Amino acid sequence: MSNLQVSVYRYNPETDSAPYMQEFQIDTQGRDLMVLNVLTMIKDQDSSLAFRRSCREGVCGSDGMNMNGKNGLACVTAVSEVIKDNKLVLRPLPGLPVMRDLVVDMNLFYKQYERMQPYLQNDTAAPAIERLQSPEDRDKLDGLYECILCACCSTSCPSFWWNPDKFVGPAGLLQAYRFLADTRDNATQERLAELEDPFSLFRCRGIMNCVAVCPKGLNPTRAIGKIREMLLSNAT
Amino acid sequence: MSTMRSLSFDAIIVGGGGSGLRAALELAKSGKKTAVLSKVFPTRSHTVSAQGGITCAIGSADPNDDWRWHMYDTVKGGDYIADQDAAEYLCSEGPKAVFELEHMGLPFSRFDNGRIYQRPFGGQSKDFGKGGQAARTCAAADRTGHALLHTLYQNNLKNNTVFLDEWYAVDLVTNADGDVVGCIALCIETGEIAHVKAKATVLATGGAGRIFASTTNALINTGDGIGMALRAGFPMQDMEMWQFHPTGIHGAGCLVTEGCRGEGGYLINKDGERFMERYAPNAKDLAGRDVVARAMVMEVLEGRGCGENGDHVMLKLDHLGEEVLMKRLPGIVELSKTFAHVDPVKEPIPVTPTCHYMMGGIPTNVDGQALAQDPDGNDRVINGLFACGEAACVSVHGANRLGGNSLLDLVVFGRAAGIHIEKSLNEGVEYLEASQSDVDRAMARMSRWNESNGGESVADLRAELQSTMQNAFGVFRQEDNMQEGVSKLAELRERIGNAHLGDKSNAFNTARVEALELDNLLEVAEATAIAALERKESRGAHSRYDYPDRDDVNWLKHSLFHPTNKTVTKREVNFTPKTVDTFEPKIRTY
Repeated sequence: MSNLQVSVYRYNPETDSAPYMQEFQIDTQGRDLMVLNVLTMIKDQDSSLAFRRSCREGVCGSDGMNMNGKNGLACVTAVSEVIKDNKLVLRPLPGLPVMRDLVVDMNLFYKQYERMQPYLQNDTAAPAIERLQSPEDRDKLDGLYECILCACCSTSCPSFWWNPDKFVGPAGLLQAYRFLADTRDNATQERLAELEDPFSLFRCRGIMNCVAVCPKGLNPTRAIGKIREMLLSNAT
Repeated sequence: MSTMRSLSFDAIIVGGGGSGLRAALELAKSGKKTAVLSKVFPTRSHTVSAQGGITCAIGSADPNDDWRWHMYDTVKGGDYIADQDAAEYLCSEGPKAVFELEHMGLPFSRFDNGRIYQRPFGGQSKDFGKGGQAARTCAAADRTGHALLHTLYQNNLKNNTVFLDEWYAVDLVTNADGDVVGCIALCIETGEIAHVKAKATVLATGGAGRIFASTTNALINTGDGIGMALRAGFPMQDMEMWQFHPTGIHGAGCLVTEGCRGEGGYLINKDGERFMERYAPNAKDLAGRDVVARAMVMEVLEGRGCGENGDHVMLKLDHLGEEVLMKRLPGIVELSKTFAHVDPVKEPIPVTPTCHYMMGGIPTNVDGQALAQDPDGNDRVINGLFACGEAACVSVHGANRLGGNSLLDLVVFGRAAGIHIEKSLNEGVEYLEASQSDVDRAMARMSRWNESNGGESVADLRAELQSTMQNAFGVFRQEDNMQEGVSKLAELRERIGNAHLGDKSNAFNTARVEALELDNLLEVAEATAIAALERKESRGAHSRYDYPDRDDVNWLKHSLFHPTNKTVTKREVNFTPKTVDTFEPKIRTY
């Protein structure tokens, strides 16, 4: 039995009044394919299916989607990891507007990222060589800089669904902490000030969906906790 | 079709990878009206997949390191057809470019003294090959490309660069004088087509590894800039030179960094033998990539391959210990588990040489200006057209690129192109406006697909093209196979010209993008095939059974493929660096 039943979310704004699920049968020849391979096989049959993809190895963050209810990257998720009742159900990332099929409009997500001023700020004159940083200080960036902006975390977060314009979301906050934790950055106070309001950071309710879905094994909740600590010790 | 919108910029940069973003940064800082037009959101570009590092003599691992040693290695690695003035520029300007990246925030790994961590990579030496293995590749664990690309994107945000994300450049617009004055572009989200006008058009579109069936390259690496330039009638240089990376994961093709061997890993055959000791007694597993890839194929051909089909070898890392692997090569551990179902802490990784990098491309000078050849064989600058990164052939990589030199190429020559464009804009460069017929000409291909009603599918034709290239233009090549490949490509050109775009919708139509990409794959494949057939010698990555030796008398030259009549001419290699003595061609051993 190597026929895989796949149910895919379809929506073309030009022709469809409402989204619908379309069924496909895929002959996997008994192999445990990656979900992206399955999508490619479907696209070979029906070229109108739209999804993003690039590196196909989990580093570019293009193909975040919802697979049988859980967000992840199609290219590094084997069908066997997500399949339920012999069926693969593929939907776009939840909570963002759908452009077409599995492609979502990520502008809100990127805006929150940009709001965090995700670049090193250091107003002292740069030396002729690199700025020095001890290995221990550099270690503090591990688990933070590896984010690939796939949006799996933020689009699995109920607080982000509710307030995508005001709550920065786990991805943006992870980036905020990536620069707060960098010993070479000296905009700490400005960065913290940006997060003091009731929404930007404090809408995180510790649900930890972000941690459960991150395809890179990162922990935004922990980073958010660290920022909370910094804000608290700043206030006292 | 409704009237086409025009967008005007001082400079348009096509491609949002490392070189495009570095060029854009330079121009954004200068206040020029610049836009980056990219078919994917910039951090999805293939630079993100670079792992091991950026090679540069910053004097961290060895305070006595010297950029001239790096230059020597680069020229030798390229089997002496790298341009020595360009290699000199790359290696001498390199440290400045790397320190800039660090100042921008790139999270490099560190030595105990706080300086940037450097690891050994293939083909690296001290003292012009006489002082043993060097450690010259600056790394952010094994995610250097990711760290570099994100850092550049972030700094472009800081400097308010304009981004046209998920726009696809279709073809160049050339004016009556033959100058490049912009391009036609498609907004993928809406299907809108725009005429993008610019005084400088920079092709930073990366490589085209997807012409092969098995490649480490991202699915987006379809040689769009190469295709655009060829269709505009401009020549391509050294297109026969394709690097096969020794360690692609067998089956999946995903890259396993040379940094694994830099950290002490090595290749073994089915007998467990460290076979590189036989092929490269000094450098062993850290010989040039072309040398290692050929050795691996020889092991397989001689019956010492691993696995059921004896068709690959193994990369052994377990002796390095879990701590080193998790600290220095965490991404490789992850990739191996996902794609090879192997934990490298315990078992070796099955690997096979896999298409990785296009040494050839759009010929440019060190300022990124694209070049053509006049009838007397002299270089001629193509007004308005620039190229940098993998799409360009400066040439610093010659016939074989050294590991870690691609990232350096991106930032050094992206920056150089930006600096030159800023200067020429300040001087008030102006070209003749494109006429309606110039624009129509650039629209012809898009219109052809939009009007197609019947014919073969893009997916089938693409698969056929990829297997043709894989079979006839792989690690080892020979006349009859290549001849067959060239004929097959001519047939494919005919069929692709009649192929069918089934989906004509506007909103996020990826079928249309894939159709347009297929044309580019074909252009790249054909240039590759004809140049490979023409170069009757073996040099660097171009290895022929029928011409097994390097022929410096006839082929110490660049090849130049001309698309209008599909011929190949030769172009002189530069042997006159400005500040060092020429590195004379020698027999290349490791």
